[in-house]
Amino acid sequence: MYDAGKIIVGLVVFFVLATSPLWFNALTEKGPEAPKLVYPTNGSTECVETKDYMIPNHMDLLNLWRDDVVRKAKRDYVSSSNGKIFDMSLSRTCMDCHSNKAEFCDACHTYMAVTPYCWDCHVEPKGAN
Amino acid sequence: MAGNRRDFLKLAGLTAVGTTAVSSIKAPTAAASTADSHPEASADGVRWAMVIDLRKFSKDDALIERCVEACHREHNVPNWEDDPKNEVKWIWADDFETAFHSQEFHFIREDLKGKPTLLLCNHCDNPPCTRVCPTQATWKRDIDGIVMMDWHRCIGCRYCVVACPYGSRSFNWKDPRPAIDEITADYPTRMRGVVEKCTFCEERLARGLEPACVEACGNEEIVFGDLNDPSSKVRQLLAERMAIRRKAGLGTQPEVYYVIDDPRTLQETAPAAVVDGAEGGDHA
Repeated sequence: MYDAGKIIVGLVVFFVLATSPLWFNALTEKGPEAPKLVYPTNGSTECVETKDYMIPNHMDLLNLWRDDVVRKAKRDYVSSSNGKIFDMSLSRTCMDCHSNKAEFCDACHTYMAVTPYCWDCHVEPKGAN
Repeated sequence: MAGNRRDFLKLAGLTAVGTTAVSSIKAPTAAASTADSHPEASADGVRWAMVIDLRKFSKDDALIERCVEACHREHNVPNWEDDPKNEVKWIWADDFETAFHSQEFHFIREDLKGKPTLLLCNHCDNPPCTRVCPTQATWKRDIDGIVMMDWHRCIGCRYCVVACPYGSRSFNWKDPRPAIDEITADYPTRMRGVVEKCTFCEERLARGLEPACVEACGNEEIVFGDLNDPSSKVRQLLAERMAIRRKAGLGTQPEVYYVIDDPRTLQETAPAAVVDGAEGGDHA
């Protein structure tokens, strides 16, 4: 191989430069910033299900609610976490507490690069940004 | 198997005969079951219906507008006034002869001639619109007969718009939001490419309220109730008054009835109605 020294040094320099963002973050201990959610400010402390359930499953729950209300005319949801009955309504139940769409829904959705189409039709509460 | 041409042809012949026989047995059965399932008002449960009293409507010219306004505000129906080809309507008015053109009135009674008549989805017992929907985005509810829509599922093919003989369905050619004067947050809007129509206010019925247009009337100009309940107001009215339905001859079994008695008969039923009217006026 001709000019082996130069080529190997060049490759090493390229590799270090190309991966520099990773090195930089590792050395300064700066991870990706997790989204910060604003939890209900209306004094409500209970969700329809536990937080641990809601975080990964809220989209499935909303789909079930949608089908129950629209297709089966069933409007009462019995919480499996505390047995209470909730009105299955995005705008009346969910967004009654989580009234700030920008700081609750969008915060995570933007971070995860998902674009649910709920609000193409459903209306977010007034006063929210 | 050491089959030869002759055996094969025999077998093929037998199969052909067998298939024909089976299908000819099946065919009439299928036809019969379709006839059986011809939907009539189910004998049990609720069957919502509406009676529009044209006698009473003749007393108040602005009432139609109030009904339309109440409905369209409540349900975020866009107002494309300056662009009529995009029109979306749940409840609207047309003159009496046009609304009932299949009746072919001659020498029509003076008070009905050209009279603006309130029109909406008839929530037919045998709705042609639901049959043609390829995604089951519209269907007749078993529990109360409402012809319901699932806007999540509508793909905007517009078969139902064509199938409805009453013009009750509108298509959103454009995003409706810019054309909604003031959005009611409690109810969703629709999006571009979706068909919409009156749902008999099923979301209000679920909360124990009457439909928005009925509420907008103060004096029972529109009566809403259960056809399966013999003591309900709608059944009483239908038993006592002369009521007609739009294009009844098509067999769609529309469930919106129009009382067309002479308005002068109102005087006879009078005192209570007049008092109600005064209260209704204050209320509105």
